[in-house]
Amino acid sequence: MIISLFSSTSVPSTDRLVLFFGQAMVVGAALLIALALVYFKKVGWLWKNWLTSLDHKKIGIMYLVVAGVMLLRGLADTVLLRFQQATSVGASQGIISSNHYQQIFTAHGTMMIFFVAMGLVFGIINLILPLQIGSRDVAFPLLNNLSFWMYAAGAILINLSLVFGGEFAATGWLAYPPLSELQFSPGVGVDYWIWSIQIAGIGTLLSGINFITTILTKRAPGMSMMKMPVFVWSVLAAMTLVAAAFPILTVTLVLLTLDRTIGTHFFTTAGGGNAMMYVNLIWAWGHPEVYILILPAFGIYSEIVATFSRKRLFGYTSMVYAILAITGLSFVVWLHHFFTMGAGANVNAFFGIMTMVIAIPTGLKVFNWLFTMYRGRINFASPMIWFIGFVITFSIGGAAGVMLGVPPIDFQLHNTLFLVAHFHTMIIGGALFGYFAGIAYWFPKVFGFKLDEKLGKIAAYLWIAGLICAFTPLYILGLMGATRRLDHYDASLGWQGLFIVAGVGVVIILAGVAVQFMMFYLAIKNRKKNLDTTGDPWNGRTLEWSTTSPAPVYNFAIIPTVSDRDEFFRRKQLGGILPRRKYAAIVMPNNSSFGFFMAGWALMFAFSVIWHYPPTMIVALLGVIGTFIVRTFDDTTTHIIPAAEIEAIENKRAGALV
Amino acid sequence: MTKISMLQNEIQKETETSLLGFWIYMMTDCIVFASLFAVFIVLRNNTAGGKAGSDLFSLSFILTETIILLTSSFTSGLALLAAQRSHLKQTVIWLCTTGLLGTSFLILELHEFTKLDHSGNSWRGSAFLSSYFTLVGTHGLHITIGLLWLFATLGYLYKKGLNEVSVRRITMFSIFWHFLDIVWIFIFSVVYLLGVI
Repeated sequence: MIISLFSSTSVPSTDRLVLFFGQAMVVGAALLIALALVYFKKVGWLWKNWLTSLDHKKIGIMYLVVAGVMLLRGLADTVLLRFQQATSVGASQGIISSNHYQQIFTAHGTMMIFFVAMGLVFGIINLILPLQIGSRDVAFPLLNNLSFWMYAAGAILINLSLVFGGEFAATGWLAYPPLSELQFSPGVGVDYWIWSIQIAGIGTLLSGINFITTILTKRAPGMSMMKMPVFVWSVLAAMTLVAAAFPILTVTLVLLTLDRTIGTHFFTTAGGGNAMMYVNLIWAWGHPEVYILILPAFGIYSEIVATFSRKRLFGYTSMVYAILAITGLSFVVWLHHFFTMGAGANVNAFFGIMTMVIAIPTGLKVFNWLFTMYRGRINFASPMIWFIGFVITFSIGGAAGVMLGVPPIDFQLHNTLFLVAHFHTMIIGGALFGYFAGIAYWFPKVFGFKLDEKLGKIAAYLWIAGLICAFTPLYILGLMGATRRLDHYDASLGWQGLFIVAGVGVVIILAGVAVQFMMFYLAIKNRKKNLDTTGDPWNGRTLEWSTTSPAPVYNFAIIPTVSDRDEFFRRKQLGGILPRRKYAAIVMPNNSSFGFFMAGWALMFAFSVIWHYPPTMIVALLGVIGTFIVRTFDDTTTHIIPAAEIEAIENKRAGALV
Repeated sequence: MTKISMLQNEIQKETETSLLGFWIYMMTDCIVFASLFAVFIVLRNNTAGGKAGSDLFSLSFILTETIILLTSSFTSGLALLAAQRSHLKQTVIWLCTTGLLGTSFLILELHEFTKLDHSGNSWRGSAFLSSYFTLVGTHGLHITIGLLWLFATLGYLYKKGLNEVSVRRITMFSIFWHFLDIVWIFIFSVVYLLGVI
């Protein structure tokens, strides 16, 4: 039988326990949510107000919710990994077997990159970008909803791997062949890996197209390219990378799928296959991917530093060109991920130099932020704490990155914990801190009430301390020769102390996460007391602060005309936020279940391929075609909000301001 | 503004954005093919002791396929011109011609694939054959999707006639179809011509 619920042969007893808890957690959580929805009669409400909504703000919130859940899943894996490395020394084998350990680090990497970091990026972009460019929505609201559901379907699939089959890839997060080929990984684990990121990846690609078009066509009148906020620039650059890199991922995954399912020979050891081609292809996507994660974070920092230093951003033009330089360079450095794999000295030298060149525009950005702070009236609010933590950890991680970019050093440090420490300080200290800063900064705009600043700062300090505590030992261990993905080591090496320190770091990070959840809980509980009635709690500079918090469904009653980079700040200085004018009716898109069903069919298709079951595969394909055709014939996709209704909403807001 | 003129205005704005978005999508699809071409070029000599392109391909057969596809591209252009001039009947005729030619192309391609398979040269044979089937097959898959799209558009025309939305769809279909044509030219040159030489 294809469904082997709660049964996995040849799994040791402790693993079975861990697996059982995993399964119980996934099934239990799903059941609990379903029951609660039915009990409180919220199914219809959820469907109408959220799941089928095309409003970019709601889609953004849904992204953040899924990413938050996946963050907890990824963190659970972290705890297991750290516990194993701290205890599995000498005679002790730790709590999990090698095979299970491999699955856990694979799942950890996959979830954190594809479902946490990407989810947070797209959540924040959705929430803020249309507001910042003075638009009512993205260019293709329906596509936006579909993208979200593809992402959610990928997240569901990766969790299904725990329940059906009970195994995940044991190959590392990029599943290099020949290990990931059928010959060496005969189970369904690699297939789950392939399809969960394939589905989510297609969603990402569609988002990329959507946001590029949005930025190019939906800007408020007067907002020329060089008047766009830096966050918008960073998103444009990141989305260009998405459009250019994600098709490569799609193709690479398809080729691996074909190898595993219909017996082609792209990356196999026999039949003339070439495994190195996979490594090249996956990194031709993979390196731009890390810039897709970090560039929007750079954009967020740029907004935050200017706002909280009460100054114009220093060096706007150079900031833009730095972003564009990074965008271009990110495509000519992929080989530095495998210097040791035999490309030869000249090729390595080229890619090594290119890698180091990237540090120049990046360094320029850091200096621009620091110069923005210089002589500013700095308000050390929680977003600024995240920013300062970022500057410190990112500089450390960046320096380590330049070291790794030198091929001779890389030959020593390749595949060691030094590398693991490097990319964690970059992705957590660079990207994740940026998203957290962005959430702290824009939370009042999105929800209409403020977060507790004190808890926010405590969370930031805990994360920064935890990050340094968890990864400094790994830098040292890496230099001592500890390889990555290590589940057991000899006691005589004397590494255990450092591994325990790293474990303590994770505990500190967990405390930070707990404080964050407490902060959200308290903010929701006491929301009446912390309402943001002004729409501009931080003395902001860009257009998103000129509308109410939360923004009305149409964002702007009257689309603003822009004449300055810090348009809203300029208006505030001129006095008067927005002149009262006659309102006109607005056309908005209707809700649609299109995305939900399309992603549902995609999920069904993927699941059928994983379990080699053609009938449901065909049903899913027909479902996709049918859903598409039904949508094609639907002519009532928009509705009109009459001017009177807009006037009523706007007057209510004006009343609140007085 | 009246309600209808407002919606009309909205649809016109939508057309401009949709066309830009569609062009960007085409560029991403271009990268899909670029990756597949790169894979093919890397693997084209890895025949693993099996047959090479020069033993398998018949240029005259491929030329027939090519002429059919190029003609269909031309007729899809005629359909677009007719649609822009609001000639419903002509639009339908040219779209049907395009569909017919596209279907024949697809049948020929499937015929070639089955012939290769029956002669013991399936995608399982070697890395060269794997990449050949995948590259040409992906093009064929695009053609299939294009044909489904074409039939859906014909259905829409039958029900709602020529309006802003259907003209937009025919425009996008035409872009898509021309793109597949260009990809085919590359397949013709890189896979077949270079394969036979």
